[in-house]
Amino acid sequence: MSILVNKNTRLLVQGITGNEGLFHTTQMVQYGTNVVAGVTPGRGGEWVLDGKIPVFDTVHSAVQTTGANTSVIFVPARSAPDAILEAADSGIELIVCITEGIPVLDMMRVRAYLDTRKIRLVGPNCPGLLTPGECKVGIIPNNIAIPGNIGVVSRSGTLTYEVLYALKAVGLGASTCVGIGGDPINGTNFIDVLEMFEADPHTDQVVLIGEIGGSDEEKAAEYISRKMTKPVTAFIAGQSAPPGKRMGHAGAIIEGGEGTAREKIRALETAGVRVARHPEEIPGLLVKG
Amino acid sequence: MKLHEYQSKQLFSRYGIPIPRGRIASIASEARHFAEELGGHVVIKAQVLVGGRGKAGGIRLAKTPKEAEELATMILGMEIKGLPVRKVLVDEAVSITKEIYLGITNDRAARRPVMMASAAGGVDIEEVARVSPEKIIKVYIDPLLGLRDYQARDLAVSIDLPRSLWRPFMEIAAGLWAAYQANDATLAEINPLVITSEQRLLALDGKMVVDDNALFRHPELDEMRDLDVEDWAEVEARKFGLSYISLDGEIGCMVNGAGLAMATMDIIHLCGGEPANFLDIGGGASADKVAAALRIILSDARVKAVLFNIFGGITRCDEVARGILTALGEVETKVPMVVRLVGTNAEEGRRLLAEARMATAETLLEAAQKAVAIAKGA
Repeated sequence: MSILVNKNTRLLVQGITGNEGLFHTTQMVQYGTNVVAGVTPGRGGEWVLDGKIPVFDTVHSAVQTTGANTSVIFVPARSAPDAILEAADSGIELIVCITEGIPVLDMMRVRAYLDTRKIRLVGPNCPGLLTPGECKVGIIPNNIAIPGNIGVVSRSGTLTYEVLYALKAVGLGASTCVGIGGDPINGTNFIDVLEMFEADPHTDQVVLIGEIGGSDEEKAAEYISRKMTKPVTAFIAGQSAPPGKRMGHAGAIIEGGEGTAREKIRALETAGVRVARHPEEIPGLLVKG
Repeated sequence: MKLHEYQSKQLFSRYGIPIPRGRIASIASEARHFAEELGGHVVIKAQVLVGGRGKAGGIRLAKTPKEAEELATMILGMEIKGLPVRKVLVDEAVSITKEIYLGITNDRAARRPVMMASAAGGVDIEEVARVSPEKIIKVYIDPLLGLRDYQARDLAVSIDLPRSLWRPFMEIAAGLWAAYQANDATLAEINPLVITSEQRLLALDGKMVVDDNALFRHPELDEMRDLDVEDWAEVEARKFGLSYISLDGEIGCMVNGAGLAMATMDIIHLCGGEPANFLDIGGGASADKVAAALRIILSDARVKAVLFNIFGGITRCDEVARGILTALGEVETKVPMVVRLVGTNAEEGRRLLAEARMATAETLLEAAQKAVAIAKGA
């Protein structure tokens, strides 16, 4: 069992004919994900992957024809906000946006619009979702995780792979891995995912991977201490980052003394979370059983 | 990207915000000429992208054109917090009865822009925010609706502005929001917004920061970029779409992904070393991008070892390996390197690098330990 994506996911790929879109569609299909359609405006009527996947001009027509219920977005930052809204207006229930570098005011407008609907967005600037052995939506490498009972939620991309890989190395697997993305404005936050893991009967414990900037980890810590019965283990990246320096992600800015690794770690430890000093230390801190 | 005061104010004025008459000078004789034009009584203001200009002596009042030239000569020779002053703004001097603060920024937790005003404007606004936050009045702007008139009026009333100034204040607030929105700002600030002795509102200072991710649709703003605030390596990195920050340590790092790059720095630190930089080559990095990244790392003479930590996802390890080989073909270097490649096309990447005789590592911990040991031994 799992959260968000599974064997019933019928996936649509927006930007399927682009370099990244095509490469990762191939990877997702190899993984066993049920990719039912792609969208690239102006390329409708074509087929990709040796005629296996039809390409449509609009998300609406793709959904009508194929019954897609989930979309993954690989379009460039300047058109990604529009791609999210197009998916939202076409009946897609779960939108996963991989694209990085979307202007923050665009994301504020998109999020404000999505909040008026019952649509879940994961990302942007995220690696996507993986339910090992069942379904992959996004760009997480195919062979780094095995099925298991650990829920993984992360603000980072490649750091998530590092953690999945470290778990697999000691024979531990994930129920679902959710990359929520590192942007200041995103669709799904830690608490949303923790709630889902808490309710999922096949998730026994959770690994949370955060980084400096913002206050999402602190809010997650508060939620954990109030509501979570399942154990949580965490890692926070940026413990050695000098204050005030921007470390790539728009989100990783230390704002007025808030959002340092030290504060986040203290908040999490106070909530009973075991916090690792580096990613490969995580497996040793998990609850055995 | 930060804009200079004169750039911000010129932009604000296009949105109907009143600013003092002023001219920008890069040599002192120009300052004298502009002072004559503006009636003799002027303020000479250093244009540098750091706070605390006034306290550093970079803002001075001149009573005559001759004095304007003298002060401009002095200020144009200054460095403020390490940044050279290349331009001064010559503004007409204004008689002030009150200083107000007005600004907009994004509130990440609220997921919307917030406009803030305070009757206690001026250089100590951050102290006001810290000591008496209730003196800063906030209104949240719905990103779909924009700033509404009643919100601007709320601010005017809450900071006890005289009724006669409500209308001009609301126009300034609307103009600031329009400038913020149209230019994809992450900060737009007027501090101080002054009430003059003639009971007019005037934006005496201006500050604006623009979202780097939105510069693709603002080429005119991108051209305003001041390269003095960044070192060579940071400018070069941006050209190639790399995210690079120079630090003080001895181990150069090349990593894909900001979170993993920070975790790599953390583990180097944990192993007793110090990172020389933060460098994120981003997702899907091509070989020439990787080559540029390696040239930038090696341009730092303090670097005693380089650690590559690449976890392929959207980035393919074979592409990274090709980039490393390209760079090593161009740059003569004796700096030892440790490579860890995992994920998408990692085997192909490792095969390509096998002949380059670099130290390799399986785990992150092993990679960091090797890099620290090599750097200490070198």
